[in-house]
Amino acid sequence: MIEIKHISKSFNGRQVLDNISGIFKKGQTSLVIGESGTGKSVLLKCMLDLLRPEEGVTLYDRRDFYIGEEEDKKNIRREMGVLFQGGALFDSKTVHNNIQFPLDMLTEMPESEKRDRVEFCLQRVGLEGTGKRMPSEISGGMKKRVGIARAIVMNPKYLFCDEPNSGLDPLTSIKIDELIKEITEEYNTTTVIITHDMNSVLSIGDYIMFLYQGKKIWEGNSQTILETNVPELEEFVFSNKALKKMREDKRH
Amino acid sequence: MFSIVGRYLIFLGKLFTRRETFRVYWNRFLDECLNIGISSIFIVAIVAVFIGAVTCVQTRANLVSPLVPVYIVSNIVRDMTLLELSSTFMCVVLAGKVGSNIAGELGTMKITEQIDALEVMGINSASYLVLPKLLASVFTFPLLAIISGFLGIMGGYLAGTLTGIITPEDYIYGIRYSFIPFNVFISIIKAFVFGFLISTISAFKGYYTRGGALEVGQASTSAVTNSCIAVLIADYLLAELLT
Repeated sequence: MIEIKHISKSFNGRQVLDNISGIFKKGQTSLVIGESGTGKSVLLKCMLDLLRPEEGVTLYDRRDFYIGEEEDKKNIRREMGVLFQGGALFDSKTVHNNIQFPLDMLTEMPESEKRDRVEFCLQRVGLEGTGKRMPSEISGGMKKRVGIARAIVMNPKYLFCDEPNSGLDPLTSIKIDELIKEITEEYNTTTVIITHDMNSVLSIGDYIMFLYQGKKIWEGNSQTILETNVPELEEFVFSNKALKKMREDKRH
Repeated sequence: MFSIVGRYLIFLGKLFTRRETFRVYWNRFLDECLNIGISSIFIVAIVAVFIGAVTCVQTRANLVSPLVPVYIVSNIVRDMTLLELSSTFMCVVLAGKVGSNIAGELGTMKITEQIDALEVMGINSASYLVLPKLLASVFTFPLLAIISGFLGIMGGYLAGTLTGIITPEDYIYGIRYSFIPFNVFISIIKAFVFGFLISTISAFKGYYTRGGALEVGQASTSAVTNSCIAVLIADYLLAELLT
């Protein structure tokens, strides 16, 4: 379980996050949604301690991530898997070596075991036989899959995905969503996804937090979001005309 | 200005904290020696040979007095090459090649979140990425300076003897005449210091890049400019200290 309490962050006097709190439960896919520039990625970076908030704490299973000893922080980091927006694959390494990298750096595993683990992860994300290719030789969707494989190679307790669907076609987006959902249930991870994709919201949102201008103004799930009366959220959700029509039809 | 120097010093401190295992650095050090040192041999050789040749030709053209013995030409080529050209001039060229490469690589890694990916794994990205570059630079730059010094003197020899402005005997006599071995060490010490400055300044510029492709280009340009200025200032200080 990840708990964030009263997270506030500003840049050059501009408040980007204002007193954000929430609980992301184990075995659930939790989504942080909102318009572009509303502070979603900043919140993720604060949770990962890539940015330090001015106020607030992030607790990983009740362990404070900001004030612990360096070794404790390192241990928590080893329990994290992160899928970055563009995949963040290392250009100079093959797909196989990208996935193996956390094992090389953080474990004393024998080489053969590492190879098996990487092959298993590649198989899990549906990319068998692509290990020898370079990141520049694979498509955007494949990069995301490799990013997921690298994120799960250490059997993480906490999985973070920053806009996993950005730049992907609808079909690939759905496949990526399904993959994340499956992994969450299979490994019982606490998964936090930053997105503004309504398909993801409706299909995999066990818990949804809506941010608007740096503030949390709504939380719920994929069922309750369609019944919302919060104007800002309504505007966000029903900007999709098909959804808007569906709601009007339901009301009549 | 002071805040930039302060951030640079903090960045240097970061390279030596939370280090990884020796094995990790050793593999990366060897890779960087290839990237920084071995891949620069060609450009260093070209520059050294031609600068040595030009120094020889220009010196001879300006020493028209019959009172000055002709072997002084190679004597000047030797000292010019060892004291300035093989270290300072070569490092200004390397600031362009190596400096822009380091800043561009780290800048791209920064904007594509590869550095963030390292950090979330609990790896000190600055130490993991930059320390091997720094070590490779301070190791290979002095070796390049030795190659550059040798080839510079050879360039002068070829230009002088092939055009007939100096005989091979005079040239050899000139480079052996009043030779001070410490000048070789001056060249090596300078290359060591310049290697440190170029690698760390370029890495600093690249590591703190923000934005997109435009900013990566600006970081590379800024890395080269700042490295060159630092090399020239350090050159003056070392000249005062060592001669």
